[in-house]
Amino acid sequence: MQKVYTKIESIVGNVITVRAEGVRNQDLAEITTSRGTGYANVIKLDGDLVSLQVFQGAQGVSTGDSVKFLGVPMRVSYSEDLLGRIFNGAGKPRDNGPELTANMIDIGGPSVNPSKRILPKKMIRTGIPMIDVFNTLVESQKLPIFSISGEPYNQLLARIATQAEVDIIILGGMGLKYDDYLFFRNTLEKSGAMSRTIMFIHTASDPTVECTLVPDMTLAVAERFALDGKRVLVLLTDMTNFCDAQKEMAITMDQVPSNRGYPGDLYSSLASRYEKAVDFDGAGSVTILGVTTMPGDDVTHPVPDNTGYITEGQYYLRNGRIEPFGSLSRLKQNVNKDTRPDHRALMDGMIKLYSAYKDSLEKRSMGFMMSDWDEKLLRYGELFESKLMDLSVNIPLEEALDLGWKILAECFEPNETGLRTELLEKYWPKEA
Amino acid sequence: MSVSTGRVTGVNGNMVNVAFTDKVIKNEVGFIRVGDTRLKSEIIRITSGVASLQVYEMTNGIKVGDEVEFTGELLSVELGPGLLTQVFDGLQNPLPELAEKCGFFLERGVYIDPLPDKEWDFTATKKAGDKVKAGDSFGWVPEGLFHHEIMVPFTLQGEWTIKSIAADGAHRSHETICVIENAKGETKDLSMIITQPVKVAIEGYEERVMPDEPMVTKIRIIDTFLPVAKGGTYCIPGPFGAGKTVLQHLTSKNADVDIVIIAACGERAGEVVEVLKEFPELTDPKTGRSLMERTIIICNTSSMPVAAREASVYTAVTMAEYYRNMGLDVLLLADSTSRWAQAMREMSGRLEEIPGDEAFPAYLESRIAGFYERAGKVRLADGRYGSVTIGGTVSPAGGNFEEPVTQATLKVVGAFHGLSRERSDARKYPAIDPLDSWSKYDGIIDRRLVDEAYSYLRRGNEVGQMMKVVGEEGTSLDDYIIYQKGEFLDAVYLQQNSFDPVDSMVVPERQKEAFDMLYSILTSSFDLSDKKDARLFFNELRQRFLDWNGTASDSPDFQRRKDDLVSFYEGRRK
Repeated sequence: MQKVYTKIESIVGNVITVRAEGVRNQDLAEITTSRGTGYANVIKLDGDLVSLQVFQGAQGVSTGDSVKFLGVPMRVSYSEDLLGRIFNGAGKPRDNGPELTANMIDIGGPSVNPSKRILPKKMIRTGIPMIDVFNTLVESQKLPIFSISGEPYNQLLARIATQAEVDIIILGGMGLKYDDYLFFRNTLEKSGAMSRTIMFIHTASDPTVECTLVPDMTLAVAERFALDGKRVLVLLTDMTNFCDAQKEMAITMDQVPSNRGYPGDLYSSLASRYEKAVDFDGAGSVTILGVTTMPGDDVTHPVPDNTGYITEGQYYLRNGRIEPFGSLSRLKQNVNKDTRPDHRALMDGMIKLYSAYKDSLEKRSMGFMMSDWDEKLLRYGELFESKLMDLSVNIPLEEALDLGWKILAECFEPNETGLRTELLEKYWPKEA
Repeated sequence: MSVSTGRVTGVNGNMVNVAFTDKVIKNEVGFIRVGDTRLKSEIIRITSGVASLQVYEMTNGIKVGDEVEFTGELLSVELGPGLLTQVFDGLQNPLPELAEKCGFFLERGVYIDPLPDKEWDFTATKKAGDKVKAGDSFGWVPEGLFHHEIMVPFTLQGEWTIKSIAADGAHRSHETICVIENAKGETKDLSMIITQPVKVAIEGYEERVMPDEPMVTKIRIIDTFLPVAKGGTYCIPGPFGAGKTVLQHLTSKNADVDIVIIAACGERAGEVVEVLKEFPELTDPKTGRSLMERTIIICNTSSMPVAAREASVYTAVTMAEYYRNMGLDVLLLADSTSRWAQAMREMSGRLEEIPGDEAFPAYLESRIAGFYERAGKVRLADGRYGSVTIGGTVSPAGGNFEEPVTQATLKVVGAFHGLSRERSDARKYPAIDPLDSWSKYDGIIDRRLVDEAYSYLRRGNEVGQMMKVVGEEGTSLDDYIIYQKGEFLDAVYLQQNSFDPVDSMVVPERQKEAFDMLYSILTSSFDLSDKKDARLFFNELRQRFLDWNGTASDSPDFQRRKDDLVSFYEGRRK
């Protein structure tokens, strides 16, 4: 029988301290208050003083409430039964289903040995031309969507979730508006993807501590499915909320802040999560697509800045479209050489022309004369934006490439595109 | 030495407080016993009977009262034959062997002998009765391409006499091959392996000399304009996505040195994987052997424990100094030193030290200086020279160079290769900003000529800025030509296509040839009627120069394209 401690020495923020012996760092404890039973985990030991962070928040905790140490770290159940289920940040069901307690696994486990990683080389098809053609998503890649509040990033994630060719989708929601949670749930149910989806959802009104647990739980489960040979896509939205929760807890713990109040280990704590993206040799893979909202559209803000140093590229979502400039998939070179021979050249060629279109647009707005060439570019830019960049466009890669050629042919002569002759001969649409 | 023990009294993140029984040494290594595993840690502070240890592993599961064994040794690495081609973590755990033992994950508390007990063909160069001191070589074994000198441990004091030495032939690396004795009659058994504390610089050389010989990287903008000397230091700060790591990879492949040590410190694991899979396939043009044979990788990627990240750069530089003392030129590439500085910051926060700028510890500058100062060119006792060159990337927050790590680094390095977002966005690679960057070393080309070429770049840039305001119409033809010359220099010489098999690596002879041509073009005046004429002329000139750049020097087209180019611009010369 575990010992129950009933004397809480201090309650600061979401952290309580009790005097206890034989407690291990990061162990889980059960705390019973007048509101019911919740969990807390050990974050600091100093002699017999044990500091715990209370998942539900320390609001309403009395100094006389009882704390029972469970002797195990924070865990999550792992089995096929998870599929189709929705949990909260503490791993409790959100969907009226039964609580799962079988086959518990530790969260926040050790990192993968770099010498056991393999070079990623499998493309993930999403049906979104701006991703498939221009910045291909690759299995085991970690990519954030940089965006500002108000952009349809959750709609984009939901679309990728329903269309991506993967075995399992795990959605980690942090600080989600309740409406967004319902949106995800309804969209996935309607599309029939719910049966291969698991959701760990922390909504904006849930306790802060639970927010910080969401990525760890999500990724621990994802890692297990990958080891069992599954191709897992993890969606994390919004990582800025996760960082803000970390900041809140660090400040409560009297940690010295480093940059705009964020703790000094922000880089490490983001990296240890994003680096869970992996392609296991001889098993499955974990791919992470996250959302990082940029406060004030400022990419030098500590959260997007640290994220950019960790992830393998980024998608900029601006004005409802994935921007071709600034967006980058660092791994696209690994896969786009094997899709279709014209993929790389068409990608570069179309982007160069689109960049020329932007120049013409600027010239026009400054009131300069438009030459024939400028007019061609303007026409091209409009077609490019409406037929390829628009997020509602939903076509497979091959069709998107054909469409790209068609747009070029509608606007330019072959020799104006800067593409190699042998490609032009093969792919330039013949006159009907 | 008596070895003391202790008990855990507190845990805070990766810092553990321990009450100890006997005496302890600052920076001594201790092992915390958690269940069946022992977690390596280092004493970083001792206050009133309590030692604070930074733990090189995750600290979950540690409880108050857990037993701690101290070792009486400072954090050390093992130096000896067999280091080359290996992949270690920050504490010199060989990662492939660890994977064999533990599978996919880095299980904590597993420590594997970094140097396997292999047989090496030993040749003694000293005999019984000879006098030796720390750092002296008493024999060698062949390791790949090199004479791997077997040396007297660098930490020994005073003069010693060889009592016995093993016969030439095969010996295991861990067996005693030499016994030495000092005046007090103490004896020491020496094997091929030396244990060296990582935070103590290796000496054992005669003197440090000026780094005066350029280290060729086959990257034009570096070798010609912003050179690095063998034994020098340089830093590459840049925002994310500007190409720091690509530049480091290119340098690690092409640098004209004997040994390259790559310290992947707190960066993506995927980048290390690229090196791991790519290098064994590539051949070193200098030796014709696999590139891996001259490479050691120290890999402590971003998700691995933070304290070991702090140690990893020291592990790397200690190995570099060791090979330097064999008369070899070693290049250490640290990517990224900002992550190392952040590791110090995390630890400093846990120690509740008073923070400096952006919460970095007050000793940040002296630590950075101390690290870079371990580079240098030295003269050894036998008259040979060896060098350690250090190149570190810096990842400044928000791409802003006015932050503590970049600034502290700039104070101590000999060359600064600042990468700019503007250049990388414009796909101008390598994205080293030619106007902000500097180097204090002499390169492969006379500095006066380089400075003159630079002046075109600078003035061209000024004209370009001015043109943004007054437009092309408001610029005089002479200014416009200077602008075109600056752009031309940038396009044909500073930018280099790392995907082109020819242009990606340019040997010094060819750089000199290209520079002579470039210099002659820059300093000529041309007969150009108006701006349009000038633009067309320089466009054509650029196209021809780029074609020539992309032509292999042993190809029959090489001379033809060069002649083409010369006759084209000679024809327009005034």
